[in-house]
Amino acid sequence: MAELSVIESIRTTLWEEMKRDPSVIVLGEDIGQRGGVFLATQGFLEEFGATRVIDTPLAEASIMGVALGASFNGLRPIPEVQFSDFIWPGLNQIIGEASKTSYGSNGQLNAPMVIRIPYGGGIRGGLYHSQNVESYFFHTPGLKICAPSTPYDAKGLLKSAIRDNNPVIFLEHKKTYRLVRGEVPDQDYSIPIGKADIKRSGQDITVISYGLMLHYCLEAAKLLEDKKVDSEIIDLMSLRPLDIPTIVESVKKTGKLIIVHEDNITGGVGAEIAAMVSDLAFDYLDGPIKRICGPDIPTMPFAKSLEDAYLPNTQSIYDGILELSQY
Amino acid sequence: MNIILNTHTGYVDVMNSKQDITLPSGITIDKILEVYEKMLMVRTLDERVWAMNRQGKVPIAASCQGHEAAQLGTLLAAEQGPECFFFTYYRDLALKFGVGLDETQIMLSYLGKEGDPYSNGRQFPLQGSDLPRNIIQLSNVVAAGMTQAVGHALASKIQNKSTVTMSFFGDGASSQGECHEAMNFAGIHKLPIIFICENNHYAISVPQKLQMAISEVSERAPGYGLEALSIDGSDLLQVYETMQKAIDLAKTFNPVLVEMNVERIMPHTSDDDHTRYRDLSEIDELTSRDPLKKLESLILENNLSSDIQIKKIKEACIERINTATTLAEAAPEPDTKTLMNNLFVE
Repeated sequence: MAELSVIESIRTTLWEEMKRDPSVIVLGEDIGQRGGVFLATQGFLEEFGATRVIDTPLAEASIMGVALGASFNGLRPIPEVQFSDFIWPGLNQIIGEASKTSYGSNGQLNAPMVIRIPYGGGIRGGLYHSQNVESYFFHTPGLKICAPSTPYDAKGLLKSAIRDNNPVIFLEHKKTYRLVRGEVPDQDYSIPIGKADIKRSGQDITVISYGLMLHYCLEAAKLLEDKKVDSEIIDLMSLRPLDIPTIVESVKKTGKLIIVHEDNITGGVGAEIAAMVSDLAFDYLDGPIKRICGPDIPTMPFAKSLEDAYLPNTQSIYDGILELSQY
Repeated sequence: MNIILNTHTGYVDVMNSKQDITLPSGITIDKILEVYEKMLMVRTLDERVWAMNRQGKVPIAASCQGHEAAQLGTLLAAEQGPECFFFTYYRDLALKFGVGLDETQIMLSYLGKEGDPYSNGRQFPLQGSDLPRNIIQLSNVVAAGMTQAVGHALASKIQNKSTVTMSFFGDGASSQGECHEAMNFAGIHKLPIIFICENNHYAISVPQKLQMAISEVSERAPGYGLEALSIDGSDLLQVYETMQKAIDLAKTFNPVLVEMNVERIMPHTSDDDHTRYRDLSEIDELTSRDPLKKLESLILENNLSSDIQIKKIKEACIERINTATTLAEAAPEPDTKTLMNNLFVE
């Protein structure tokens, strides 16, 4: 057992999986000699060599297309997108091609690849180093999506993702990379994709989140103990498939639901959860389903004041939970 | 008829009563007649599905007419090894038939019936994959398969598999960014891949001069560190010999761009009308570059077969396609219970 940061956990897990399975390769911009701009693959080139650790040209469409094609031919490629904001040129290969591989070939072909995407803001990244890209993938059948919030979950989910025979989008919140630390067992373990985790058990209100925001929700819940509000915090961990039973069971218990995400509010993960809960647990609701999300502007701006104004934070989540608990 | 190995050229010289023909090594008269029969099958199938589109039975067809020699000549070279994989696009009935799919399976695919080997009725005809015959074709987004083909070739090289990957595309796809990215990547990593541009000089209605400032797509090859070969893709034997060279290069990790100049005899698809953008005189002249007519002339002029035998082959093709059509029309449509199947694999 070691205490690791999220990025250290990801690096360790990638290393372990590349040691375990020679069919795993990593490719992307600056991941070789440089070890990745966030150092997720530091030391990999020396250990695994240039055939398995590939510094690609600066061209996202081919990073994704090459990874996809390699996945048809015996490999388990892990392409890294340097920043989520740069994924758009590669999107056809993910949404247009990888997600349809099995369905479009009626199960003849499959695409065992993990697309690692550092995403999210709060790091003064401005419009092109902060984006939340999850909704675009969330809308796409044929993809699985992981979005861990802790080092422990990152390891368990990444192991599952690499061993999965389907394309997996692996979202790593950049701000959690070094900010969030935690115990990570040395032994091999995995967390099933599609299973949420109740990070805090409570009776009064259900709060659903993922990634960085999950930590703010936990902080708010702690502060609300003084107000005698007992919050249940669900960490989705996987966005697709969504763990509907865990969500519905919690809402049936608490009768109140808030979804918190950094991504834009319209058409986000929260909208789908709200629709699903109103369908499956309407009779149990004691109040409106609330969302605390990023507003509908492209993403958080660069200026500190504007970035802060975009992002949900512990205080705004605290206020939202308190208000709904009093409904 | 006497067959003599010419030790100087390595070619087999075929002497017959009327005229002598020099065949490339590895090619026999029987082989030529076999390819002719395949080409005739493909042409007849192509014409049949077009007619069935006009009858409202086949929703869409992309005609292969004019491209047959490019594809069958490629297969002729490929069947001599090493194992080849084909990332196709959509104007490739000849290749898809040539690798061994039968006419009934093809007809099932055109009609979107149960038993379509490519996608079981999920995609346009002959789109999806025919993995048992090494054909991978996921989508209709042109050039999207090119970077995938590069990844496939990369995986072969990493795993020391002695295979060659072929990436087929049209002149239209050569304008896509992914075409550039694919060739660039293949050149950097010296991959066992052949890019085959079936240049018919039209991207639907847009002529080549509005697609590029150069006269040949293959002029771009040196910019990517690729070998370049540019040929007449309507000439079966020229295609065969060129592809032998290309395969030799690719298998020794010299990626190649082969440009095959062909004509698109028919409109882009059954939904297109090429008289809206091509002169009638241009359309009339296309038949002079018809690969089937050229192969037929080669056979007859050299007495490799007779008019009577060719007539028999033609009749047999029609008979086979009639049977296939009847079987496919009688086949059930895919069960609606399968709608949600195979979104993921285990």
